[in-house]
Amino acid sequence: MSSKSKDKIATIVLYILSLLVVFLLVSFIGYILYKGSSSLNFKFIFGNPKSSEAGGGIGPMFFNSFYLLIVTLILTVPLGVGAGIYLAEYAKEGKVMNIIRLCIDTMSSLPSIVVGLFGLLVFVQLSKWGYSLIAGALAITILNLSSLTRVSENAIRAASSGVKEASVGLGATQWQTIWKVILPTAMPQILTGVILSSGRIFGEAAALIFTAGSSTSILHFNELSLIGKHSAFSLFRPTETLAVYIWKVNSEGMLPDATKVANGASAVLILMVLIFNFSARIIGRRIHRSFTGSK
Amino acid sequence: MNKRSLASRIKNEYIGKAYATICGLFIIFLTLSIIFFIASKGLSTFIKDGHSIYSFIFSGTWKIDDMGVNSKFGPLIFITGSTIIAIGAVIISTPLGIALAIFMNMISPKLGEKILQPSMELFVGIPSVVYGWIGISVLVPVIKSLFGGIGISALAGIIVLSVMILPTITSIASDAIKTIPKDYIEASYGLGATRWQTIIRVIIPAAKSGISTGVVLGLARAFGESLAVQMVIGNSISFPKGILGTTSTLTSYLTMNMGDSVFGTPNNDALWSMALLLLVISFIFILIIRVIGKRGEVK
Repeated sequence: MSSKSKDKIATIVLYILSLLVVFLLVSFIGYILYKGSSSLNFKFIFGNPKSSEAGGGIGPMFFNSFYLLIVTLILTVPLGVGAGIYLAEYAKEGKVMNIIRLCIDTMSSLPSIVVGLFGLLVFVQLSKWGYSLIAGALAITILNLSSLTRVSENAIRAASSGVKEASVGLGATQWQTIWKVILPTAMPQILTGVILSSGRIFGEAAALIFTAGSSTSILHFNELSLIGKHSAFSLFRPTETLAVYIWKVNSEGMLPDATKVANGASAVLILMVLIFNFSARIIGRRIHRSFTGSK
Repeated sequence: MNKRSLASRIKNEYIGKAYATICGLFIIFLTLSIIFFIASKGLSTFIKDGHSIYSFIFSGTWKIDDMGVNSKFGPLIFITGSTIIAIGAVIISTPLGIALAIFMNMISPKLGEKILQPSMELFVGIPSVVYGWIGISVLVPVIKSLFGGIGISALAGIIVLSVMILPTITSIASDAIKTIPKDYIEASYGLGATRWQTIIRVIIPAAKSGISTGVVLGLARAFGESLAVQMVIGNSISFPKGILGTTSTLTSYLTMNMGDSVFGTPNNDALWSMALLLLVISFIFILIIRVIGKRGEVK
C-alpha cells in the first residue's frame, strides 16, 4: 500500500473515532434527558422525597446541592484567589514555591473518597459537628482548592504582564496594583474557572457521603438561623445532596420507583452541569472579545 | 510624615501581602494535615492492633470477625480489583485519547476547537454518580445480553472508567502536541512525508513524555474513582473470575463499609489503613509524573 493511501485511511479512521466519541456524548446526554424528561416537572423537582413509597420528589436535595455549592464557594474562592496571587506575584522561585507546587499536585490527585474520610475524621468526629453541611463544604473546599489556585494563578499571570510596570511606575504599591489593576482584568477568567468547578461541586458525591451525610431533615424556610437544627439554612444539619441521593437510592433500593427517581435526578444534575458549562463558555467568549476587540 | 507612610504602607501593601502569603502557606498546611490524620489513623492497624505491614500488602485473606479480634486483613483482593479495573480503563482510553488529541491538532483544529474540546469539558463535568447510573441502567444490561452472566462485572467498571478518564488523557496529550515546535512538522512535510508518517514518526515521539503524563494521571484518576465503579462491579469480596466476574476495589470497599463501622475497632482501623494505602498510591503516581516531566525537560 502506498504511503498516500495509508495517509488517507488513517485520516478517515481518525475522523470516525472522533465522530464516535462526540456521538457517544450526545447520545449519553440525550438518553439521560429523555429518560428523565417525564420527571422534569414542578412536583418532582420541588417536592418532598418519600422513604418507601412511589411518587416522591427531590426538593430538599436540590436545595441542599445549591446551598452547599454557595457555602463551598464562599470558602474556596477567597482562599484560592489569595493563593493564586501569592504564587503569581509574591512567591519567589525556590524552595517554598516548589513545596507549594508539590502540595497542589498532591491535593489535585487525591482520591475524593480519601478527602471525604479526612473530612469524616476532622470535621465530623474531632470537631463534634456530626454529619453537617459545614463538614461537607470544607471537604469539597479541599477537593477544589488546588484547581482554583491554578486557575487564578494563570489568570493573574496573564493579566499582569505589561500593566504591572505601568501601575507600579505611577507610584502604586504592589498590592494596590494587584487589587486595582490586575485582579479586575483577571476576574472574568477566574470566574470561568469558578463556574466550571461549580459544576463539579454540584455533582460531587464520594467526598460528601461521610461528611455531609446521606440523610436530610424536612426544611423549614421560615427560620433564618445558621446554627438552629431545624433551619433550612443551618450549617450544622445533615445535608444530602442530589448526587448523593442518586447513589443512595441505588444502593439501598428502598424506593419502589427508584429507577424513575434516579432517572429524574440524573436529568436534573445533567441539566445543571450543562447550564454551568455553557455559562462558563459564554463568559469566556465575552472576555476574548473584550480583550481582542474581535467579534 | 514617616508615621503616616508606615500606616499607609500597612494598609496598601502589608495586609494584602500577608493575606496572600497565608493563603499560599495554608495549602501546605492542609496537605500536611491530610497526610498526618490519615496516616495516624491508618497506622494503628500495625501499631495498636499488631498486624504486619507485609501481610497487609501481600496477603489475600480478608476475614471480618464481628469483634475484630480474629479478623484477617489482607486487602490483596481490593488492590487487585483496583489495578485490573484501572489498567483496563487505561488500555481502552489511551489509544482513543491519543487519536483524539491528534485529530484536534493535526487533522482538523477547527472541529477540534469547536466540537471536541467542549465535548471533553462536558465529559469531565458529568458527575460520577451519573456515570454509575448509566452504567447500571444501560451498560450492565448490554453486557448481560452480549456475554451472558449477570452483567454486573469488572468489565462494566472498566468501560465506565475508560469514558471518565478519556478527557484527562486527551487534554494532556493535546497540550503536549501543541508544544511541539512547528519546525519539526514542517521539516517532516518538507522531506516529503505524508501527514500520517509525520504523525507516527515525529508527533508521537516528540509528545511522548506528555502522553505518558496523561496516561499516569488517567491511571491515578481511575484508581481514585469510587462511586461510579462501586455501582457496577458487584462488590463481592473475591478475586474477579475473569473479566466478567464481580470484585471489589479499595475505594468501593471503603465506600460500602466506612459508614457502618465503629471508630477505634480493629475492623475500622483496617479501613483507614486502606485509605492510607490509597494516599500512598496517589503519591507514587505524582512521583512518576515528576520523573517523566524531568526526563522530558532534559531532552
